Amino acid sequence: MSAPQESFLVSCAKDAAVGGLIALALFSLMIGMQADVATGLGGQLGITYRWGAVGIAVAVVFAGRLLLNLFVWKADTPVTRTLGSFIPKASSVVGLGKYAMPIFLVLAVVLPFLLTYWLGSRGSRQYLDLAILVTTYVMLGWGLNIVVGLAGLLDLGYVAFYAVGAYSYALLAQYFGFSFWVCLPLAGILAAFWGIILGFPVLRLRGDYLAIVTLAFGEIIRVVLLNWYEFTGGPDGITGIPRPSFFGIEFERGEGGFADVFGLEYSSIHRIIFLYYLILIMALVTNFVTMRLRKLPIGRAWEALREDEIACRSLGINTTNTKLTAFALGAMFGGFAGSFFATRQGFISPESFTFIESAVILAIVVLGGLGSQIGVVIAAVVMIGGFEFFRGLEEYRMLVFGLLMVVIMVWRPRGLISVRRPSIALSGGKASVISADLVQEGHG
Amino acid sequence: MTQWNENPVLAIEHLTMRFGGLVAVGDLSFNVGRGDITALIGPNGAGKTTVFNCATGFYKPTEGRIVMNRSNGEHFLLEQMADFKISAKAKVARTFQNIRLFGGMTLLENLMVAQHNRLMLASGFTFGGIFGLAGFKSAEKQAVEKARYWLEKTNLVDRADAPAADLPYGDQRRLEIARAMCSGPELLCLDEPAAGLNPRESAELNMLLNDIRNEHDTSILLIEHDMSVVMEISDHVVVLDYGEKISDGTPDQVKSDPKVIAAYLGVPDDEVEEVEEEVGL
Amino acid sequence: MEYFLQQLINGVTLGSIYGLIAIGYTMVYGIIGMINFAHGDIFMVGSFLSLILIVAFGITASLPIGLLILALIGVLIISMALTSVWGWTVERIAYRPLRGSFRLAPLITAIGASIALQNFVQISQGARNKPLQPLIPGGFTLTEGSDDGFIVQLSYSQILIIVVTTLLMIGFTLLINKTSLGRAQRACEQDRKMASLLGINVDRTISLTFVMGAALAAVAGLLFLLYYGVIDFYIGFLAGVKAFTAAVLGGIGSLPGAMLGGLLIGLIETFWSGYFSVEYKDVAAFSILAIVLIFMPEGLLGKPEVEKV
Repeated sequence: MSAPQESFLVSCAKDAAVGGLIALALFSLMIGMQADVATGLGGQLGITYRWGAVGIAVAVVFAGRLLLNLFVWKADTPVTRTLGSFIPKASSVVGLGKYAMPIFLVLAVVLPFLLTYWLGSRGSRQYLDLAILVTTYVMLGWGLNIVVGLAGLLDLGYVAFYAVGAYSYALLAQYFGFSFWVCLPLAGILAAFWGIILGFPVLRLRGDYLAIVTLAFGEIIRVVLLNWYEFTGGPDGITGIPRPSFFGIEFERGEGGFADVFGLEYSSIHRIIFLYYLILIMALVTNFVTMRLRKLPIGRAWEALREDEIACRSLGINTTNTKLTAFALGAMFGGFAGSFFATRQGFISPESFTFIESAVILAIVVLGGLGSQIGVVIAAVVMIGGFEFFRGLEEYRMLVFGLLMVVIMVWRPRGLISVRRPSIALSGGKASVISADLVQEGHG
Repeated sequence: MTQWNENPVLAIEHLTMRFGGLVAVGDLSFNVGRGDITALIGPNGAGKTTVFNCATGFYKPTEGRIVMNRSNGEHFLLEQMADFKISAKAKVARTFQNIRLFGGMTLLENLMVAQHNRLMLASGFTFGGIFGLAGFKSAEKQAVEKARYWLEKTNLVDRADAPAADLPYGDQRRLEIARAMCSGPELLCLDEPAAGLNPRESAELNMLLNDIRNEHDTSILLIEHDMSVVMEISDHVVVLDYGEKISDGTPDQVKSDPKVIAAYLGVPDDEVEEVEEEVGL
Repeated sequence: MEYFLQQLINGVTLGSIYGLIAIGYTMVYGIIGMINFAHGDIFMVGSFLSLILIVAFGITASLPIGLLILALIGVLIISMALTSVWGWTVERIAYRPLRGSFRLAPLITAIGASIALQNFVQISQGARNKPLQPLIPGGFTLTEGSDDGFIVQLSYSQILIIVVTTLLMIGFTLLINKTSLGRAQRACEQDRKMASLLGINVDRTISLTFVMGAALAAVAGLLFLLYYGVIDFYIGFLAGVKAFTAAVLGGIGSLPGAMLGGLLIGLIETFWSGYFSVEYKDVAAFSILAIVLIFMPEGLLGKPEVEKV
């Protein structure tokens, strides 16, 4: 009785020891010795030794692997299964979706009032800022979801359209003095236009190649913004971008300001709350349009394209145009979000539009579950909210972020919400949802 | 018995398709009669699917012409058209040897996608649809009715809201035919529709194809290995071997053509008579 | 003319480095059909490992030449071994669990691994640039300069880079073409399921592919360090994108193609910087990537892909 028990323990320990050895190989130099410009060496590199840190890292790997072996990987009843029973299944989440959506919505609408009520206008500001940030990513995620989730086109350069939107607004405001409300549609149109220009040559590429070309375009746009000093201000960016007004009423102290017109006491939080509602409405419009399009022929054609492009062509669908509309529409929403970003920050520079941004937005879409609107919301709240929440970790934040991307994807390759709801039902009632295992991911 | 030469729906003229040095189809000419079920048969690798791919725009032929004559008098040179236009304008629909359904979409959605172009027009290229124009609503209702009609025809209506990938193999084949029919074709090209079907399903398929031909003004061109299907339902059989036509006629004519028997059984011509006796012809 | 010659020399040197990294991309793409986004960062890790070893061993240009070469070979071997462990680990953690699953998932984990590696090195080694005193100073002067007084230099480090790359390429080609490992690898490229039915350990073959790619990236890392004399934790991204461009340009899946593509990208980048503008040199690389993918996605030496209907 005790013999197999012992060998079980021994095999777990052996496996953990191997893990520890590998960790030792990985970390001995990279953590154990830091090559940095030392003081007193005249700008030359010197080594700082940190064997203690290596010991900790190796011990963590050993212990972690041992525990995982004992309780999850090699155990008869993995702890994760017990824990997993507490996590709702995908199908029940969809059932919840019926209620979750309205609950999310109501919560989103009353959020500023709850926050200011509890925390006062000063204390609530940082949370409202975070809410604005999360909502911006929700909107970007929804925009990209059209391209990646519905049409199955892998776009790694989505941030380019975000940048086009932001710079369109900033430059139009700077050179022509246009207001936010004039620039918003223009920014969207310009971004869509760029979507078509960039999309036209590349959309016949498939899969990873499309991803890499879109990445290249995203970088080209950023490098041009960075180097075209006369026009874009180069790395200095553009400052003094006008703030949005409440349909002509500025958020200012004194007569004619927002507070004055509505008989309120002036507070800087008004503008923040207004910005929050602005991005919330923009995001909801994105969602509404997407949901509506899914039930229209164009939306169905997108999804069909994701399932099988050759079959689409055999049915008379102009796949180039269909892809372009998806690309342009996704770009347009990216552009809207970009001009919101510009007006909120009041300052933009190419630094805000790096590849990492594209990767984060794509990660939100994929983690949420391709094509799932509510999944994007959950993923954005978890990722962006979590990211800000761990601000205390400082430089470790991005490390944790990258590792989390790996862990979550390995845990749920199909994303959090991995079901598809049919766009139409014959029986009149609601058709049951389709498991993501049947849904294709697209090849273009 | 050459009624297919008088008013053919599809005329293939001197079609040649080369892949590098390989001649997949060489100087092939034949007609597909209007209202006929025409079978294209031949041993594996004879170039049948290549002919299909040329006729439906997936390959650009090296030489030759493919003319589609629609019943309204319009003529289309298919070898010059983009693949999606062949379905949309020339009204040629097809199915695939290895079934290509939209697996993650329901049966009904599959059939709705097939009516894409008409619905796009009705939705005012989406702009009207977003705001829920009445015209689009009724067009959509019509499309659903058409889909229901074909689902009933193919005995699939019970599973209309199930994902296509969940269907058993035989049902998938029928669904692919239903989807092709929803695009309103005048010529339906079927690539091995009976492959992998059991005898009952095979018989149902024959009925379905006869029905399509008789009641929907749709001519059928099919590739098939199952001789029971070919001989039973086709009006006209074209036999290919090594990319060239070796026989062209009614099923009976083809059946007794020594060249065909040689191609299938692989014997020299002078031994064909012996073989014929053995197989009881 | 002299200026042209100098750019040519510089371009070939840079191209050799890109080519070595590109082999890692091309092999991985060939065998599992995914872009190993973290490969550029593996190169960066390799470069850092070399740097740490050089500083720790106290290797400087003042060592006698024989000893210097021996020491550098030692550094190279250790760095290749440790970088291989990094490459292996990334495959084991981020890609293997997702094999045969949803295609986008390994792409996301690859991006995640890339972010994690960059930030890990930033934290463990510091964010500042790491300048290294030149180890192999000097070189040949090819022309004494004509009217405009331009002197063409071929430095010893450039010779080293070109020689090492050539030797590695020869050895590597032999490895792939002549050994059972190479055969197993090519079999897995063709048909993974069939290969495993025939008794090839597919997981091990794929792991070894990552290990070899990482080892070559480590060589590239050391050469990069010797050539430029300064590295930081961010060098992996750009070098990675350019090496990937090289792999695509040469024809993805083709080893000689990767080398050829690397050379071309190196030459284009140097000539662009030399004759047009340094600021837009990355735009040039990215534009070539886009143009190649759009107009000849099979690359120079790759096999054209026929669309199956």
